[in-house]
Amino acid sequence: MSAAPTNPVLGAEGGGTTTLVVRVENKAGVLARVAGLFARRGFNIESLAVAPTDDERFSRLTIVVGVDAAPMEQVVKQLDKLVNVVDIQELNSAASVERELMMVTVRADPAIRGQILDLVRVFQATVLNVGYDEIMVSLTGSPSRVDDFEDLLRPYGIVEVQRTGKVALPKLVKSAPDPLAP
Amino acid sequence: MKMNGGQALMKALESEGVDIMFGLPGGAILPVYDPLLDSSIRHVLVRHEQGAGHMAEGYAHATGRPGVAMVTSGPAATNIVTPLCDAYMDSIPMVVVTGQVPYAAIGTDAFQECDTTGITMSVTKHNYLVTEAADIPQVIHDAFHIATTGRPGPVLVDIPKDIVDPNNPRSAMEWYTPKDHDLPGYRPNRTGDAELIRQAAKLICEAERPVIYSGGGILKSRGAEALLELAELTGIHVVTTLMNRGGFPDDHPLCLGMPGMHGNFTAVTAMQEADLLIALGARFDDRVTGKVAGFAPHAKIIHVDIDSAELGKVRRPDVAIQGDCRLVIEDLVKALGEMGGSDAQPDRNPWRSRISGWQERFPLTYEQSKDDELLKPQFVLEQLRDSTPDDTIVASGVGQHQMWASQYWKFNHPYTWVNSGGLGTMGFAIPAAIGAKAGRPDRMVWAVDGDGCFQMTAQELVTAATEGFPIKVALINNAYLGMVRQWQEMFYEERYSEVYLTRDVPDYKMWAEALGCVGLRVESPEEVGPAIAQANEVDDRPVVVEFRCEAEENVYPMVPAGMSNSDVVVDPSQQDRPR
Ligand SMILES: Cc1ncc(C[n+]2csc(CCOP(=O)(O)OP(=O)(O)O)c2C)c(N)n1
Ligand SMILES: [Mg+2]
Repeated sequence: MSAAPTNPVLGAEGGGTTTLVVRVENKAGVLARVAGLFARRGFNIESLAVAPTDDERFSRLTIVVGVDAAPMEQVVKQLDKLVNVVDIQELNSAASVERELMMVTVRADPAIRGQILDLVRVFQATVLNVGYDEIMVSLTGSPSRVDDFEDLLRPYGIVEVQRTGKVALPKLVKSAPDPLAP
Repeated sequence: MKMNGGQALMKALESEGVDIMFGLPGGAILPVYDPLLDSSIRHVLVRHEQGAGHMAEGYAHATGRPGVAMVTSGPAATNIVTPLCDAYMDSIPMVVVTGQVPYAAIGTDAFQECDTTGITMSVTKHNYLVTEAADIPQVIHDAFHIATTGRPGPVLVDIPKDIVDPNNPRSAMEWYTPKDHDLPGYRPNRTGDAELIRQAAKLICEAERPVIYSGGGILKSRGAEALLELAELTGIHVVTTLMNRGGFPDDHPLCLGMPGMHGNFTAVTAMQEADLLIALGARFDDRVTGKVAGFAPHAKIIHVDIDSAELGKVRRPDVAIQGDCRLVIEDLVKALGEMGGSDAQPDRNPWRSRISGWQERFPLTYEQSKDDELLKPQFVLEQLRDSTPDDTIVASGVGQHQMWASQYWKFNHPYTWVNSGGLGTMGFAIPAAIGAKAGRPDRMVWAVDGDGCFQMTAQELVTAATEGFPIKVALINNAYLGMVRQWQEMFYEERYSEVYLTRDVPDYKMWAEALGCVGLRVESPEEVGPAIAQANEVDDRPVVVEFRCEAEENVYPMVPAGMSNSDVVVDPSQQDRPR
């Protein structure tokens, strides 16, 4: 087996992901700038979610990046150089709350529909639409919980699946500040 | 004040202090060329838009002020992509205005429409597609700010025709002077961290074999004086990369000259043997480091750069300081002063004598031409260097002649060397020399060009002749794409593939005359000096001096691509000497 090529900028190939929460100016072409930068510098996007923020001048991108595909430091610094990028938060899974939405249509002959509804109950998923031999459900949860649900549905025959890619916010501080501290 | 977008654009450019711009009109930009007639800005009509871009770059190189170019949409915009990329790679402040089809026609494949902002996104520091006439003053103000601050670079402003066309209601606007910048994501920091600067000073005081590795950031930050002060305070030798030739005087005893693939032996070897590299506004380019894993293996690294993404991009620094080179060096000098100044520097005599030993054994060298041979390009450059004023500005093309020019010229003043480093753009020399002359009409400006490069942009000599820029061109005619010929000789077993240009076609003397220049041809060493003297006398038009040079001459030293700098190949006459 040949060794994976190493590049001083890109580093070696490998697994693992980091989530970047990038606040950008809400201007035409910003997504193209971000996507173009990733392509040009050889960084890999695993998933990308775009949403407005409470301030209409800005949008928030939640980008999941393959960690070892590039030193995260380079990814962040190069992103930060884009004039329309306002700030970047690097979130690792342990320090953040992550959510993803999946919509999935599964084969569901009336004979086995009950089994699928059991899974829906266990995962607290939601039934969105029912056909004569298919059922459409949705689940919001941590990406790994969504993975589990998808894996369990697969044997029944997934007709179509849509996942949003994850969004995340940092976990909140648990210990209250010492009221006596200066 | 009510006006139209075209008038606002000219007024905005005037407000930014633009005194000259380079361009060529066409359909989409036509409405802006009308208010140009009433403007204080001088416009230089180029013969090809690539020329306009390189002229703007040459102007910026020579003056430190942003160069400005204006061209129409479609093919004109694509013609200026190469200069944008060139300026991006070499961090040249430049603002390019392009015309665009009317806003409502964008996306319809209209005549001369192209996705200019899409195409140039990856070769500009930033670009804009302006959608409303009212945005023009703010966008131009922001564009100049972005181009000239932080790590400088090119900014493109694409302007749809309808918002500048007085016959279109969409062009009507009320002039305002922008107060602030509308750039929430752009806050370049200039000052270095005081604690890191102290750590750097400490490393310097401990180093026995330090070398200052100075790059283009010195010139960009106007930091040449600060660098001189640092070197003299510490007694540390300085290498000047291709982008910082002139940023430290070649005649200074601490100057080691150019490092890298065609750097001189001492500059290359001193970096290899150093125990500390003080990288100031340099980016560890592959043409400087050779094989990265083998580069300066014993050295700790202090890395100062305005662009934090450069810190650790190629080589992990021991002390990384984000900041403006000049300001950081000034603070470093203060910190060193507090630690005892020159008294705190260790005894570095053994290191100095190693350096002077290399300088004695491995000077730049070449064999003079024999009786029946054509000129040696190195001889031509030495003669040119010695027969021109000390502050002459030299612009260069790309190839062997560029390396010889950088090696053999003595650069003793900042902003006297104008070249294409990062992109290596053939054809850069002539338009860049014109831009430099436009910015510094008081200076003598020589372009050192190759025969291959000359044929790429020679048409701009018409611009020089008609617009009154009496530049001089030293054309090193070696009948080959010489640099490629050298690689085929050394690495492809002398299998020459598509590198011979011919010696006599075109007739450069006649071509020069047809372009409105004085044309001279030189074949023997005795004619070189008098021809240069004659060229120096001409002040009413450009001059082209064709120097007929040996084809087989190679550039040495050379670090073959992908090899370690320790494997630098020296001139054949020096190969047996002990290193
Ligand atoms: C636009 C462009 N095309 C191709 C190259 C590749 N290249 C680098 S040097 C060189 C030869 C340049 O020939 P010439 O101008 O005669 O200079 P010489 O090396 O002979 O001094 C070429 C083709 C380049 N750098 N730029
Ligand atoms: Mg040549």
